[in-house]
Amino acid sequence: MSDLLEVKNLKKYFPIKGGILKKKIGNIYAVDDISLSVKAGESVGLVGESGCGKTTLGRTIARLYEATSGSITFNNRNITKLKYNDLKSTKREIQVIFQDPYESLNSRHTIGSILEEPFQIHKIGNKKERVSEVKSLLKKVGLPEDAYNRYPHEFSGGQRQRIGIARAIALKPKMIICDEPVSALDVSIQSQVLNLLLELQEEMKLAYLFIAHDLAVVKHISDRVAVMYLGKIVEFTDADSIYENPMHPYTKSLISAIPIPDPSVKREKTILEGDVPSPSNPPKGCRFNTRCPEVFDKCRKVEPDLINISKSETNHLVACHLVNK
Amino acid sequence: MTNILEVNNLVTSFQTEAGRVRAVDGVSFSVKKGKTLGIVGESGCGKSVSSLSIMRLLPKPSGVVESGEILLQDNDILQLETKDLYKIRGRKISMIFQEPMTALNPVHSVGKQISEIFKIHFPKMNSGEVLNKSVEMLRKVGIPDPEKRFSEYPHQLSGGMRQRIMIAMALSTEPEILIADEPTTALDVTIQAQILKLMQDLQKETGMSIIFITHDLGVIAEVCDDVVVMYAGKIIEKAPVIELFKNPKHPYTIGLLNSIPRLENKRKTKLNCIDGAVPGLLDIPKGCRFQNRCEYKISECEKKHPDEIEVRPEHYASCIFPEGLK
Repeated sequence: MSDLLEVKNLKKYFPIKGGILKKKIGNIYAVDDISLSVKAGESVGLVGESGCGKTTLGRTIARLYEATSGSITFNNRNITKLKYNDLKSTKREIQVIFQDPYESLNSRHTIGSILEEPFQIHKIGNKKERVSEVKSLLKKVGLPEDAYNRYPHEFSGGQRQRIGIARAIALKPKMIICDEPVSALDVSIQSQVLNLLLELQEEMKLAYLFIAHDLAVVKHISDRVAVMYLGKIVEFTDADSIYENPMHPYTKSLISAIPIPDPSVKREKTILEGDVPSPSNPPKGCRFNTRCPEVFDKCRKVEPDLINISKSETNHLVACHLVNK
Repeated sequence: MTNILEVNNLVTSFQTEAGRVRAVDGVSFSVKKGKTLGIVGESGCGKSVSSLSIMRLLPKPSGVVESGEILLQDNDILQLETKDLYKIRGRKISMIFQEPMTALNPVHSVGKQISEIFKIHFPKMNSGEVLNKSVEMLRKVGIPDPEKRFSEYPHQLSGGMRQRIMIAMALSTEPEILIADEPTTALDVTIQAQILKLMQDLQKETGMSIIFITHDLGVIAEVCDDVVVMYAGKIIEKAPVIELFKNPKHPYTIGLLNSIPRLENKRKTKLNCIDGAVPGLLDIPKGCRFQNRCEYKISECEKKHPDEIEVRPEHYASCIFPEGLK
């Protein structure tokens, strides 16, 4: 199967401005040389801690941010530099679901008008067709039909996230970038929304780029998982082996840090020291060297490449000197 | 095992535009000396309001404790005069909050904020001692280079560091009880692991009791000795932690435990979930509060909220089928 999305050497830097004249005094290296691909109908998970660049990567791919360099190819079309009018047809096919269901819906609009907007922008159907289209969308995401005339504040967090999902699937996209879609939700609601996302994927053959910090959630929904640290992918392979056979010390400690909901399990944890360094001044060499429990001399000098270490068909990419000896 | 804190039949209500609502409705639990009690529940279940009632920090004038008692070593906190309250709040019971950035004062250095506690609770201490004690507390919670950090401001510190400062402040009076309201929810997993470890180490060292409020059942399983599960203002189940995870009895607890995605699960399978959503406090159903979402509901459930029954030793559940669910 060919790749639906292909990202090559993507970089996104944000300038830091300072001084009286607000001159550029540095960069935040939010996404620094990332390559990945997503096949049609596949879900790729993206995990990492705050500030690792996972959201920026998602937004740059959705063209909500302008890439600094590198290329984004979607459906065999290079969309990195496309301007508004040329981009419109692609934007129809890549949609985004945001984290905060309270902020991503306009509180002054009814659910009906929020969900009709995508059809208006892309000039699809007449008023009557749009209304019936919106009503079937509401049904699809499990909301009552009378939601049409109501406002976002009348809904709970879980229902609002369903509205966000309805908006994202309105134009029958090929791919949805889900940016922490369930992290703001309660546990019992979270599983409802995850089930909905899985059902929709099955039904509409959607590809997901699923961004989250909760590894258990990411594993549940993804086919492949990429682990990010300070703007770089440190490990990338299929979802089962990343949990069963993690190779990068950061992945290992991330997995070990997840609290297990079973008090009878007692295990030794590797607790990482310190904090994530600032992305404006990443450490030399391997970016993880300041916190890595297995650091040695080379790590502080040479940045490891992301190399395939798998001998079987599925790739297992790791960026670590310990593995790539 | 001696109880250090007992909460009996606590009822806390809030005045809203639509009328008075009971955020906590007849809640009883106790905290054992040197142990950690977890309070778990979803947003709006009343877990934070319970802890604010204990601290007497409810927003005034809308929040009122209507009835009940909160016994700290046989003294009812709710009956205390303000001057006596000050001897307990911050001294015997301290609290840390979810978002350390909003809990810390942005215009004072962290050192000043810690010193303030010593100045208030130990007025006889001289400034040299205060300084030494403050730096020592910073060191104790694992802040590197505490002398330098002492004069820094909250915005210069990371989220994990700020939570460490909060813990240092809360523990500087060597309280008997620490109330931790979602202390790690805003933190990354690797930082969460650090903070949980720190809290456990400090508990071992000082022998304090902890009330740990969270929505994360994984965290509960790792740090708590006993657990109470809250739903819409009521406690629906309480038990020692191993017992609760092994033999959950209330359909809500069972549903919660089943709905967590676990690493060992098969990928892309349908997760179990609890249908519907938590009822708003203004339209709480008559009878059992969980009835609208419960798959075992019978007409009996609509009559009254079921009493708490001891289903196994030390294990209580409020359900009319305490034994029948499997």
